[in-house]
Amino acid sequence: MRGSEHWIHMEFFIQQLINGITLGGVYALIALGYTMVYGIIQLINFAHGEFFAAGGYMGVILISWLASQGLHPYACLALALALSMGYCALLAMAVERLAYKPLREASRLAVLLSALGMSIFLQNGLMLTQGVYDKGYPTEITSGGFEWGLVSVSYMQIFIVGLTATLLVGLNILVFKTRIGRAMRATSQDKVMSALVGINSNRIISITFAIGAGLAAAAGIMVGLYYGSVNYSMGFVPGIKAFAAAVLGGIGNITGALIGGLIIGMVEIFAAGYISGEYKDVFAFIILIGVLYFRPSGIMGENIDDTRV
Amino acid sequence: MADNITPILELKNVVSAYGRIKALKGISLKVFPGEIVTIIGANGAGKSTTLMTICNIITAVEGDILYKGERINNIASDILPSMGLCQVPEGRRIFPRLTVMENLDMGAFFRKDAADIKHDLERVFELFPKLRERRKQLGGTLSGGEQQMLAMGRALMSSPKVLLLDEPSMGLAPLLVKQIFDIIRMINSQGVTVVLVEQNANLALQCAQRGYVLETGTVVMEDEADKLLTNPDIRKAYLGE
Repeated sequence: MRGSEHWIHMEFFIQQLINGITLGGVYALIALGYTMVYGIIQLINFAHGEFFAAGGYMGVILISWLASQGLHPYACLALALALSMGYCALLAMAVERLAYKPLREASRLAVLLSALGMSIFLQNGLMLTQGVYDKGYPTEITSGGFEWGLVSVSYMQIFIVGLTATLLVGLNILVFKTRIGRAMRATSQDKVMSALVGINSNRIISITFAIGAGLAAAAGIMVGLYYGSVNYSMGFVPGIKAFAAAVLGGIGNITGALIGGLIIGMVEIFAAGYISGEYKDVFAFIILIGVLYFRPSGIMGENIDDTRV
Repeated sequence: MADNITPILELKNVVSAYGRIKALKGISLKVFPGEIVTIIGANGAGKSTTLMTICNIITAVEGDILYKGERINNIASDILPSMGLCQVPEGRRIFPRLTVMENLDMGAFFRKDAADIKHDLERVFELFPKLRERRKQLGGTLSGGEQQMLAMGRALMSSPKVLLLDEPSMGLAPLLVKQIFDIIRMINSQGVTVVLVEQNANLALQCAQRGYVLETGTVVMEDEADKLLTNPDIRKAYLGE
């Protein structure tokens, strides 16, 4: 009897672990945008969560429309994903051009306020065009899954984790193996010297925003699929949690954002599973405050290795 | 130098400022193709500011900067390397978290000619064999001398026509300084025009053909390098006699 009870605990634990990885991957994708932008212009882009929301909306709009054109569900999903990422990349480039570039020489506080303003503007824009009510995601695309006893893994979770891993590998190759990636790292390390070797820093900054927003858009679609709906204000809480993840990992550090995202996701799921579901949002913020208080440089520190962008 | 040759680089009454404080108060100088020209002067005389103004990192508020006879005041810093105007700035500014190889690659960032880039890389490795050994190491982990070599190698990867060098001897052991200056002469003999900013006036004047002396943002003297080297005022003020 005690043995089987022990096994139930074990299955519960494994289930939480799987859920935690899923959610953590999503936070990591959003956190990367914060950390890359911070690495390159030392700005906490508070409008970043809105790209996540915009991606979620664009995803559901495109999936529904493509499905109505008679496309195979998987093709709908793939195409909607790619187009939403592209859309958010362009949106972020426009936001950077309008709200941040004119303030390049201004104080950091001015840019920060501009980012907050942009966040409000984008969120309200989404509300006015898409309405205040939740918009349902077609979940049948990725329904079903595997089950072992009490542990279940949905195809959705496999899709999310697989896509997250693919995007992370792609980002890693882009940043560490390509000419543009080298230029991004050089620009984050020394803007004057980058200019002296012929790098147009404005272009690199623009590309960095585009990449971060593209990843956030993918995360927005994943969350829409996972929870079955999107809402105009959905960018706020995950945005702040991903920010906590970026700070926990060490703001500016790519590996740190990944580690931070996974930790925040795990903590949230385990806290919800073992302590209380109602307070699950609190734990990310406890971690944020704790990190800022005890180790502001985060797990990876800001400058201790070469994975900063 | 004969007056009928066009200078490859010329400054005419250039004024530049940090906020309201004028750092250059009307600098004029000429650099002819194939020369080594040195700019000497005390700390704060405006030597580095002159180089940063040429590269438009600091914008000139008055005067003309001419490169190959064309006014370049309004050309963005990041365009100049592709025109053949390169700088090794003060403190070398190696990208600390890029490898030696990546730092060198950054020098050729704007270039598309893969075969020529490879050729230039071989040339850099011949000049600085240490860099080949250390090519996988992070730039920030190199010694001062190696960083100077890397900074110069990175600039050579841009295949410059004019190389602006800011204090290449700074913080280096005498033996290394000699080595660096030998290499500056070698680079020059391969057809690169060199503008050399130095606090070590003695070495700089021995290396250069002509020199300009800067004091608080103005040119106070210009002459052939060997004449400056024997000028009693210069010897007193800058050569410690």
